[in-house]
Amino acid sequence: MRLGKGGQIDRNQRIAFRFDGHRYEGFAGDTLASALLANGQRLLARSFKYHRPRGVLTAGSEEPNALVTIGQGAAQEPNVRATVQELHEGLEARSQNAWPSLELDLLAVNDLASPFLAAGFYYKTFMWPRAFWEKLYEPLIRRAAGLGALSGQNNADRYERVFAHCDLLVIGAGPAGLMAALTAARAGADVILCDEDTRTGGRLNAETHEVAGQPGADWAAAITAELSAMPNVRVLTRTTVTGAYDQGTYGALERLSPGVAARKGAPREAFWRIVARRAVLAAGALERPVAFRNNDRPGVMMAGALRAYVNRWAVSPGRAVTVFGNNDDAHRTAADLLAAGVHVAALIDSRPDAVTDLDIPFFKGAQVCDAHGRKGLEAISIATTSGIEKIRTDCLAMSGGWNPTVHLTCHMNGRPTWNAGLASFVPTPGAIPGMVAAGACNGTMSTHGCLAEGARVAAEVLGDLGMKAPDVALPQAEDAPYRITPLWTVPGKGRAWLDFQNDVTVKDVKQAAVENFRSVEHMKRYTTQGMATDQGKNSNVAALAVLADATGRGIPETGTTTFRPPYVPVSIAAMGAGAQGAGFAPQRFTTSHRASVAAGAPMIEAGLWYRPSYFPKDGETTWRQSCDREVVMVRNAVGVCDVSTLGKIDIKGPGAGALLDFVYTNMFSTLPEGRVRYGLMLREDGHVMDDGTTARLGPDHFVMTTTTAAAGQVMKHLEFAQQALRPDLDVSICSVTEQWAQFAVAGPKARDLLNGMLDSPIDDAAWPFMACGPVALQGVAGRLFRISFSGEHAYEVAVPARYGDSLFRLLVSRAEALGGGAYGLEALNVLRIEKGFITHAEIHGRTTAFDIGMQKMLSAKKDFIGKAAAARPGLVDPDREQLVGLKPVGVVKQLTAGAHLFDRDAPATRENDQGYVTSVGFSPTLESFLGLAFLKQGRTRHGEVIRMVDHLRGLETLCEVCDPVFFDPEGGRARG
Amino acid sequence: MADASLSLAALTPCAGLLPLTIGALSLSEVEPGHLTAIAPLRGKADALAAAFKAAHGLDWPAPNRATGGDDARAVWFGHAHVLLMGPAPDPALVAHASLTDVSDGWALVLLQGAGAADVLARISPIDLRPGVFQPGHTARTELLHMQAAITRLRDDAFLIMGFRSMARTMVHDLKIAMEGVEARRAD
Repeated sequence: MRLGKGGQIDRNQRIAFRFDGHRYEGFAGDTLASALLANGQRLLARSFKYHRPRGVLTAGSEEPNALVTIGQGAAQEPNVRATVQELHEGLEARSQNAWPSLELDLLAVNDLASPFLAAGFYYKTFMWPRAFWEKLYEPLIRRAAGLGALSGQNNADRYERVFAHCDLLVIGAGPAGLMAALTAARAGADVILCDEDTRTGGRLNAETHEVAGQPGADWAAAITAELSAMPNVRVLTRTTVTGAYDQGTYGALERLSPGVAARKGAPREAFWRIVARRAVLAAGALERPVAFRNNDRPGVMMAGALRAYVNRWAVSPGRAVTVFGNNDDAHRTAADLLAAGVHVAALIDSRPDAVTDLDIPFFKGAQVCDAHGRKGLEAISIATTSGIEKIRTDCLAMSGGWNPTVHLTCHMNGRPTWNAGLASFVPTPGAIPGMVAAGACNGTMSTHGCLAEGARVAAEVLGDLGMKAPDVALPQAEDAPYRITPLWTVPGKGRAWLDFQNDVTVKDVKQAAVENFRSVEHMKRYTTQGMATDQGKNSNVAALAVLADATGRGIPETGTTTFRPPYVPVSIAAMGAGAQGAGFAPQRFTTSHRASVAAGAPMIEAGLWYRPSYFPKDGETTWRQSCDREVVMVRNAVGVCDVSTLGKIDIKGPGAGALLDFVYTNMFSTLPEGRVRYGLMLREDGHVMDDGTTARLGPDHFVMTTTTAAAGQVMKHLEFAQQALRPDLDVSICSVTEQWAQFAVAGPKARDLLNGMLDSPIDDAAWPFMACGPVALQGVAGRLFRISFSGEHAYEVAVPARYGDSLFRLLVSRAEALGGGAYGLEALNVLRIEKGFITHAEIHGRTTAFDIGMQKMLSAKKDFIGKAAAARPGLVDPDREQLVGLKPVGVVKQLTAGAHLFDRDAPATRENDQGYVTSVGFSPTLESFLGLAFLKQGRTRHGEVIRMVDHLRGLETLCEVCDPVFFDPEGGRARG
Repeated sequence: MADASLSLAALTPCAGLLPLTIGALSLSEVEPGHLTAIAPLRGKADALAAAFKAAHGLDWPAPNRATGGDDARAVWFGHAHVLLMGPAPDPALVAHASLTDVSDGWALVLLQGAGAADVLARISPIDLRPGVFQPGHTARTELLHMQAAITRLRDDAFLIMGFRSMARTMVHDLKIAMEGVEARRAD
């Protein structure tokens, strides 16, 4: 029910919204929870396990009960806490975990079966038969127990990540946080002030306290206005600091206001990574429930939350309210209700010595022992010294005291310290380097105490940072002592709830202790207490107090479970912002990309690059037709292929040759200028890392090519070798992969094509196989390499990348005039398989130079990376799998990569495995499938017929083992 | 060769992608002239700095610093390298350094306008506070998932360099960040 006056809501701005299809109205400034309570809607959800009716328990992010689904379709968001959901026009919320409806939830039958569903039930009951768990029990249980669901659709909403840096991060903008921020800001420090609420002030917004002679909320607004106007301060509301990490890094989730989030291009949430030299934790405290029978009835809520609804939102969740507590703070609730004109039916205080001067029915030394009314509270029973008394009430405000919000201080494995006076855990100083706690989260409970402590810790931090603390006048505020006598549970029959979100009762915790799950970590897992999305914010301390009692230990000896980030649920979309879909990794496009796409080539990913698979011609209906044609075209005329994706590294300086000798297995310092050499590179462990060609363009200038896949790895390897292993060498390394657009021109007519384009024609004498040097095309300075990955007479021509697009078009057009054209990766692969050239399909990280038949390339004359390790007996064992060629010789003519090899008559089982196929392709040149494979003792088995079995694809092929070079083994075509 | 459609023509890395204006923020391609990576030879750093100053009038930049202006700029470019932007390098520098032409390897864009630093804060982890990353400061860092070089030219203007092949992704990522910043701006 909405009160007639008061509150920090804008009564001139009415907002229409829907809950479970019903239309309601609220005001600007409302949360979904306050608006629903104002409309008399007490039942908001069904509980996780027993489907018990539940209402609003809190007024903050710790809410365990009032979880709803917001929105429809792809953008629908489950498990939104109604207590933090800002009301906005058109908001659509739905209840969760109820079937067929919230009011009539048939799954509430679980509640009747609760004697069978208590802690440990699953572990004991669903053990047998074993196979039933996955197929039967788990799906059934999941259907009955649960929270909201994702839509299953791709969410098109935007999310953002943001990095920020500051001198001081202040976490929480209540009185302590505001004073800390103000003190540091006036000293000139860069300050970031975060608060998860829509406005700053913390408890000042929920209480009637005055600060500096004005309402607390007004004081907070004024201080915030001053802070916001300072250039060195950033105030982030709606932003929850979710984790404390190494090196002063904090994670924070910002929920944008609904109005901003609805704008074009705006994110829904932003995940901040804040790096702070120092941090002040001023996160406040969370009020804890008292466990008594049926304390989960809708209408039972936290006393502090009730004050927030009355004072901030001008909502009374009931017409006849009762208040139950074990501390003085709870009495304020009754006073505030009276001031707001709400009937208070009773004030019950468990302390026998409690006093009040309020004119209401007062029960001291009494305890609420039961709550009545299934879908909404109707009455409570209280146990007094003179017996049980029943009081009619539709709302009970309870308070078991306050737990300082120590969570962030424990994120780096710190444990909080028990304070018996407060009956609470408080932060252990120094638990997070660079972070200090102030205010209620540090166990300082009065407004005055919070203000003073905020200012004091800020001054200390400023001293640490070498800055001078300014004189900041401390405003006047209440300084009431915090008096409490612990009360965790009210004894009696029935279920008294501890963890509302996971439906864990006092009995469950006691049962865990009985079954010897006495460690708090074991109890947690056995009962699932604290394992829901609220991470036990409302129940942890009470649960371990019950466990302590059940095991005869004190609370500090029992200890706490581990607090882990995030403090509140964070959507994966926010943490991974920008990485959805194609945003997962950068896309790299060659200069020929547009022309290739225009020619109809399907582009395939090669690492981050996109490369043409093949270039279809009219009438070709399968990729194989195009690929076959392109292979024949290269063998008989000329083909053009973009090879710019290969890594290119300029290596310069007097030490360049020596560095190459050190990283390659073979010699490069002896390579003449104007020549290219093939090189093999090993890892330190002796396995092959990469291969490629390196050209010598000048006395102190080499250009290395790497495979596309290993370009980054090789660059890193060279940097390491140069900086760490051979700092004696005067050499510089510079990647030029992006600088040059490079195209293979391959085939018998390759030179004819080039000579039609080069400013000075070339001939065999000046440009033999493996020659290189500068050339000019239409006056553009380029590089030409006579190298071949196809086995044909071939060149690679490179020009500055700005000319790549036009050179590719020009080369293809000239090639077409000569009966050739562009070819793609499929043809490139067949061409190299025909020649037995390796790629990373063969040098996949577990093969050695010995395995691929290149043992002779390991120079005996010099040292090189991987030399010693490659000589280990196990890496040159003749029994190792060695590179061979395969040709089908039986009825089945197909070969598949990934298939395994077996002796012809041996069963195709793991024990008989003889090797595996790495690359296959259909060779139109040899009119046969060809394969490259690794086979045990393969080089001694040429001519043998073996069996290829592809267990995945269900294929068997008889193959002849042969030399891996199928075509032109003498290499005459490349030299010709 | 006479066929004009079949002559070599230059394309810039961001051709067809830029310019872009979103509210107060703009993103445009920069054509810097020559880009030369300069690495000093062993023991020649001082001589190189002197020759560099004499030839190009630019101070040799310290790590994470850039010198010069729009016509000629020297930008620290990671381990053992400085990037000369603008003029062709004086051939005399070869006596003291290894020079590598990387003019075509990088896509350069200029991000400017109120909130430019907020845009970068969405895709780069570096500390961009005015007192920390000042005009004339430069960093090799990350731009969302790619490597980039970022130089602050003025309070609200940043020169951003990314690999040429990644220009499309770079522009896309910057555009999303610009839209996010612009959308948050108070009406």
